[in-house]
Amino acid sequence: MTALTGSRIRERRVLAGVRQADLAQQAGISASYLNLIEHNRRMVGAAVLARLARALGLEPEVLQGGSSAGLIEDLRSAFASGAGAGAGESAAEIDRLEEFAGRYPGWAGLLAAQHRRAAGLERSLGAMNDRMTQDPHLAATLHEVLQALSSVRATAGILAETDDLEPDLRARFQGNLAADAERLATGGRALVAYLDGSERLEEAIAAPQEEFEAWLGLWGWQVAEVEAGQSAALEAEILGLPSAAARVLARAWVAQAIADARALPLAAFRAALAELGPDPALLAARFGADIMAVFRRLAMLPGAKYGLVLCDGSGTMTFRRAIDGFALPRFGAACPLWPLYTALSRPMAAVSAVVDMPGQPAPRFAVRAYCQMRQAGSFGGMELREAAMLIWAAPDREGDALPVGSTCRICPRGGCAARREPSILGEGMASGGA
Amino acid sequence: MGQQVLLIEDEPNIAEAIRFVLARDGWQVSVLADGARAVAEVARLQPDLVILDLMLPGLSGLEIVTALRAEPATLALPVIMLTAKGLARDREAAARAGVSLFMTKPFSNAEIVANARAMVQG
Repeated sequence: MTALTGSRIRERRVLAGVRQADLAQQAGISASYLNLIEHNRRMVGAAVLARLARALGLEPEVLQGGSSAGLIEDLRSAFASGAGAGAGESAAEIDRLEEFAGRYPGWAGLLAAQHRRAAGLERSLGAMNDRMTQDPHLAATLHEVLQALSSVRATAGILAETDDLEPDLRARFQGNLAADAERLATGGRALVAYLDGSERLEEAIAAPQEEFEAWLGLWGWQVAEVEAGQSAALEAEILGLPSAAARVLARAWVAQAIADARALPLAAFRAALAELGPDPALLAARFGADIMAVFRRLAMLPGAKYGLVLCDGSGTMTFRRAIDGFALPRFGAACPLWPLYTALSRPMAAVSAVVDMPGQPAPRFAVRAYCQMRQAGSFGGMELREAAMLIWAAPDREGDALPVGSTCRICPRGGCAARREPSILGEGMASGGA
Repeated sequence: MGQQVLLIEDEPNIAEAIRFVLARDGWQVSVLADGARAVAEVARLQPDLVILDLMLPGLSGLEIVTALRAEPATLALPVIMLTAKGLARDREAAARAGVSLFMTKPFSNAEIVANARAMVQG
């Protein structure tokens, strides 16, 4: 619902020549209640809105504001992301979002677009945070982006919040906004070029594990030869990896993936997945297979959209396949609230959870995590443990979810009891205890 | 006549936006883009508050604050430091130099106004 939904109901009712009392009766509410709704003094619920829309022969979206509803939500999100000190004043301005969007639709659209762009750049910033500390060129680029973001935020705030801005000042700030948008675009392109520059891949990648994961990524994480059990056919590809350590990791992975494919044949595994859903315990039981093999197989299934994180007993990530919206840190430790670590502390217990990553709206994911222990060699040998977390986009947003992040340094959540260090983004910095 | 603030910021668009929101809040705003002249400008203007960037041409924000704290007249002058660098070690260095408040970019206009008011009321 938006603040002016009632006005639209009234406008449409009058246009249709329907009396207030008649419409109220058709929608099953009192005329006095409809009167309050029409004067925007009561928010109308989804069910009542649907009945009012039906009585007027309209789709509910028309009464909600149609295509402008998305714009309003984007603007609201922009304000929400900027809420901090002075929240009272921001709340007052939020009430006037529709008026702003109505009076300056072009600039409202630009502001919303800038907010989306800023959110995208913040995500880029997060993904590149670890590199920033090691690469002065990148640090300078990110600094430039942050400077431009600061200017955009301050200038957009002035344009959005100052009703009586003089025309020449408005034009000046609009010019500044346009110039900063160009700086942001340039900074964004530089960051993307840095991340995507295949010619710099080898120098940009720091660890053997990253080389190996980038190699798998080039295959789309699915290797046809694995399904056919042809490890020899992959050797030439493995030899193309830059470091010997990455080649060792790749060979181990190929051997493991071939064994997994034998234990969980593709066609039968797909059929079981369709029947049982992505439940590693049920799937493992169906095939009499190792539950960790099911985790790996699900993540490597052709066409599947699962992310996978594996870690050893120290919590160090040993394998990462990311999915959209669930950022996995390249270096250092991940969010301690991940169900992966719950599983690590409770070996052999099946951990199931729904989690929200930071964002507006928060990307929501279903996760399954499990920790397996094994004895290396004979009795008295080393006791090893490995934990796995399978991640996929939650099908709906119903119910509660555990708020998690990627890693503290790029997590904007304020007041998190699990925080290890301040964030370089927003609230997390202000509330960081370290 | 409102209270006086000296804003030392080399990013012209950021400086212009901050100048606008503070002036609208009743402040008398002077803007300087060069760190090298900062200490002399503080002595000349005797502002009620200084807002400065960490990274400035000429003299860094930390060097300026250190110089201000060495003078009895500006020992207790409220100083807000702005920075796009959010590392813990930068915050610690700012605190050691005598910065009153450390704000990380990007910040909202409401935040800068609220913090500026709090500095001179406190």
